[in-house]
Amino acid sequence: MPSKRRARMRGYLFLLPSLIGTGGFVLIPFLDVVRRSFLQAVGNGFVGLENYRMVLANKAFRLAAGNTVRFMLTCLPLLLILSLSLAVMVRKADRFQRWVKTGFLLPMAIPAASVVIFFKLVFDERGWLGRLMGALGMEAVDWLASDWAFWVLVACYIWKNLGYDIILWLAGLGAIPLEQYEAARVQGAGEWACFWYITLPQLKETVFVTGLLSFVNAFRVFREAYLLAGDYPHESIYMLQHLFNNWFVNLDIQKMTAAAVMLVMVTGAAIVPLSIGKGEMDEKS
Amino acid sequence: MRNHSVRRWVIRGILSAVFSIMVFPLFMLLVNSLMGKQELLKTFGAVLADSGEYAGMRIFPAYPTLRAYVRLLLDSPEYFTAFWNSMIQTAGVIFGQLLAAVPAAWAFAQFHFPGKRILWLVYMILMILPFQVTMVSGYLVLNAAGLMDTRAAVILPGIFSTLPVFILRKTFAGIPGEILEAARIDGAGDLRIFFGIGIPLGVPGIFSVIVLSFLEYWNAIEQPMTYLKTKSLWPLSLYLPQMIGSETAAAFAASIVTLLPAVLLFFWGQAYLEQGIVASGRL
Repeated sequence: MPSKRRARMRGYLFLLPSLIGTGGFVLIPFLDVVRRSFLQAVGNGFVGLENYRMVLANKAFRLAAGNTVRFMLTCLPLLLILSLSLAVMVRKADRFQRWVKTGFLLPMAIPAASVVIFFKLVFDERGWLGRLMGALGMEAVDWLASDWAFWVLVACYIWKNLGYDIILWLAGLGAIPLEQYEAARVQGAGEWACFWYITLPQLKETVFVTGLLSFVNAFRVFREAYLLAGDYPHESIYMLQHLFNNWFVNLDIQKMTAAAVMLVMVTGAAIVPLSIGKGEMDEKS
Repeated sequence: MRNHSVRRWVIRGILSAVFSIMVFPLFMLLVNSLMGKQELLKTFGAVLADSGEYAGMRIFPAYPTLRAYVRLLLDSPEYFTAFWNSMIQTAGVIFGQLLAAVPAAWAFAQFHFPGKRILWLVYMILMILPFQVTMVSGYLVLNAAGLMDTRAAVILPGIFSTLPVFILRKTFAGIPGEILEAARIDGAGDLRIFFGIGIPLGVPGIFSVIVLSFLEYWNAIEQPMTYLKTKSLWPLSLYLPQMIGSETAAAFAASIVTLLPAVLLFFWGQAYLEQGIVASGRL
């Protein structure tokens, strides 16, 4: 049935501009990246997994990957727990809800370049925080040139992303039917029991998605890190983003290609199972 | 119920405390931008100009003045070059995104076609990938096309970000099937339905994309830093931090002017921003 087949292909008509662009700028070049990751820098000889071995053995890579993992493991749980608790409170804030949300989302709109000078005032050795420490009789530190740099960055990240995550939680919380709470209360369940037995189980998917998006957004903390501390910051915040940037400056294409392929595999491993589960649901609806 | 009202006040207290922390940086930038040069040096000399013992803090300047803004307006042509670079870059990306993503989202929302599920999965992975991953592949194409160090190097790859497709698909999928069915019975073709019904009903999604993309590309640092060498092409996000080092007197005013377009758009479109965030969470 030719007309039926034509009907099946009509979707591509609309998809085409986007498909050509993503194909041309991302997908096809990425295949080239995969190919190059198995080749020698000069002469294009096939070297198998040599580039991968080189990246994994690279000292800077180990430092950067370790820091990135440490950063994720620290700031993701912190951000998720903090934003969920605040979201639960925001729901109870009836009259002030609008105001509170505006305030929480505002940091999203402030470019990194603009707040850098504020962060300098706070975290400089002779800045506000140093002054406070001095007043309390403690030694002032150059926060960004010490192990504290890591925590400065965690603070920046949470400040920037708190509102985003709260909105995601609010959407998830709003989807839980109110009757369930009423039924539980009638049977004498307290606030905490309601949260533990009704709210949390139904937030499973929101937890996953919010975690995933927060993970992606965590890569953007490079903006603040770079503007505050430059190409080679204190080693506690030297992350994969810095490494990629420095490899790029040196045009170290071989290492970049191998590392990029590995990063895609890690990200893909997180998302493919989710989408397979979701895909089946979408087919039904 | 005394217990109840105590708890309500505790919640209010916590929320106000966090609220203050969130808006504090903007407040401080705004207040400091009204300081004159002398007061600025006296208060923040320790940090900005290496004089004095510690940085001070003022909730309001002793002698408020707009001189820093005047100075910025009259004496810093480079700043405005960077401002326009940011505008061109951001507007270019958003315009292109809408041209590509609106029909693509329509395809995913309204049509069944072979390979749809696998393509959707690919789009989803592309949305999640951090810039650093696509940095090399982007470079390989831009270099081959001779586009490195041009505005197009930042704009073109930005156009094909897949996040807008996600947000818009969500909006389009919410259009009731009966409306489309009725139009089809009246003999409207695919294009008529798309332009006559899809786009008008998709306006909230389009606004969400505009707000989210503006905030993202106005603040873009990685892409211009990687693909632009010529400083006269730099957007504010790269130029401003450099300028702060050399022109302390106008630093706060420059920071305020830089964030102004983004913050104004935010106040106008907060509802659309929230819808966009919620849509990004429905993978």
